[in-house]
Amino acid sequence: MKLVVAYIQPHKLNDVKKALYKAEVYKMSVTNALGCGAQPAYEESYRGIKFEVNLFKKVRLEVAVNDNFIQRTIDAIIEGAKTGKLGDGKIFVVGLEECIRIRTGEKGNDAIG
Amino acid sequence: MVLKKENIITRKSLRLLVGLFVLAFGCETVFAGDAEIDVASLKQGLDTVWVLIAAFLVFFMQAGFGMVEAGFIRAKNTCNILTKNFLDFCMASLAFFLVGYALMFGDGNAFCGTEGWALAGLGDKTVSGIPVYAFWLFQAAFCGAAATIVAGGMAERMKFVGYLIYSFLISALIYPIVGHWIWGGGWLSSMGFYDFAGSTVVHTTGGMAALIGTIILRPREGKFGIDGKANAIPAHSIPLASLGVFILWFAWFGFNAGSTLGVNNGGFDIGRVAINTNLAAALGGIAAMLTAWKRFGKPDLSMAMNGALAGLVAITAPCACVEPWAAIVIGSAAGVIVVLGVELLDKLQIDDPVGAVPVHGMCGIWGTLAVGIFGKKALGLANEGFIYGGNPMQIGVQMVGSVATIIFVVVCMGIVFKLIDVTIGLRVSREEELRGLDIGEHGMEAYGGFQIFSTS
Repeated sequence: MKLVVAYIQPHKLNDVKKALYKAEVYKMSVTNALGCGAQPAYEESYRGIKFEVNLFKKVRLEVAVNDNFIQRTIDAIIEGAKTGKLGDGKIFVVGLEECIRIRTGEKGNDAIG
Repeated sequence: MVLKKENIITRKSLRLLVGLFVLAFGCETVFAGDAEIDVASLKQGLDTVWVLIAAFLVFFMQAGFGMVEAGFIRAKNTCNILTKNFLDFCMASLAFFLVGYALMFGDGNAFCGTEGWALAGLGDKTVSGIPVYAFWLFQAAFCGAAATIVAGGMAERMKFVGYLIYSFLISALIYPIVGHWIWGGGWLSSMGFYDFAGSTVVHTTGGMAALIGTIILRPREGKFGIDGKANAIPAHSIPLASLGVFILWFAWFGFNAGSTLGVNNGGFDIGRVAINTNLAAALGGIAAMLTAWKRFGKPDLSMAMNGALAGLVAITAPCACVEPWAAIVIGSAAGVIVVLGVELLDKLQIDDPVGAVPVHGMCGIWGTLAVGIFGKKALGLANEGFIYGGNPMQIGVQMVGSVATIIFVVVCMGIVFKLIDVTIGLRVSREEELRGLDIGEHGMEAYGGFQIFSTS
């Protein structure tokens, strides 16, 4: 079991969801996030004072998957989120020790699926 | 019963018809059954209604100020600024009733009035052709406007209890004394100083009080870097601020056109005031937007809105004595002044979160001087304005009035703020400022249930 964590451009969320759906990955969590990576800062201005915005609005996507689903999940996220420009985001794959479904008490692979 | 009702209605409509007849043909007195209607009392009634409608509009400016100031600051201080806006009108009402009105409009000397405390014995008297009580409400709303200007300039760091004391003192003493000099028969009005609706009385007073207040209070945490450069602290709600500016613009028609204190001269006076007020506001907005666009590269909405307010402030003194083309010039200049003023304050490291000093202080002074440049003798001015024949007399008088007001307000308010500072403290603690005054001062949030977070 792995936890696939991806930081993506907020406006690409819909494309990622479509790609995941095509890959038969239906379960996910989405939260708003701020972050900075390779994308250069940009300037905003308020009442004549320019200021640098270097924390960008991103969406954090988390998908817990069984081992046989890892690659297709990653591929789907890349398919949906990639524009080829700086700021497309990153994917982290993290080991997952346990997963428990609260309603039934199921554990492990059964709980994820 | 039904018959009787119909009877009353018929008699009422008959009287109305007769009233219209009187207005149309200018008869002195007409008898309608047993009731006598004379033109003088009709005129007084009409004037009173006009001034009261204007007073209600000026009261609504409190809402405008509240929305502008709340919109221009950060979410964590919204409840605090609105409490200040709300309570300063309450304080101004009390102070202007007990003391302010007597100091401003009571008989007295060239410096201040000395009669009419708590409006005692004035219930059946008239002033300028309308009942004193109606006149008082109109003037009290003005007093509240002057007091509330300061809240914006000192926003996001001033203690609430200090603000309450300040708002009582400015409404009881400082504003009424300046008002007496100019509108209450004091020394400036004897000199021929002209301020139709209050560029000096209300706006220079409020703007200068905000200036000295924000200097004594020092800038907000994080407004200026170690290198002295200004940082942006962006507005939390541009929609609220826009609504506030529209409310102020709307209510300004009462502020200026109501200052005629009646429907005189067949309505020509209020017509002139209203068109001038609107043109100056519109051109102020355009000029400020263009200036910001040219200097900063983008048409900054907060500046365009400040520009419309600047135009309104500037036209307040000359609105009744200038031609519409002059209102366009006055408003345009105000729009430029306000943008340069905001930049100047940032350079001087004076922190005025909403632009109260450029809008009310600087453009109040500009409007006062504009009377001496563009005003016309035929429209009630003591001397012709400078452009009509090059006579500098009126502009000189305007300058004296403006400078005297600035010195008086800065000195008096400086003392008031300093006294508050050394006794109960003027500024909240650094921790409270960082956390927001909503929680620290009032124990409540403006946006309960919303998670508001900012990374700056």
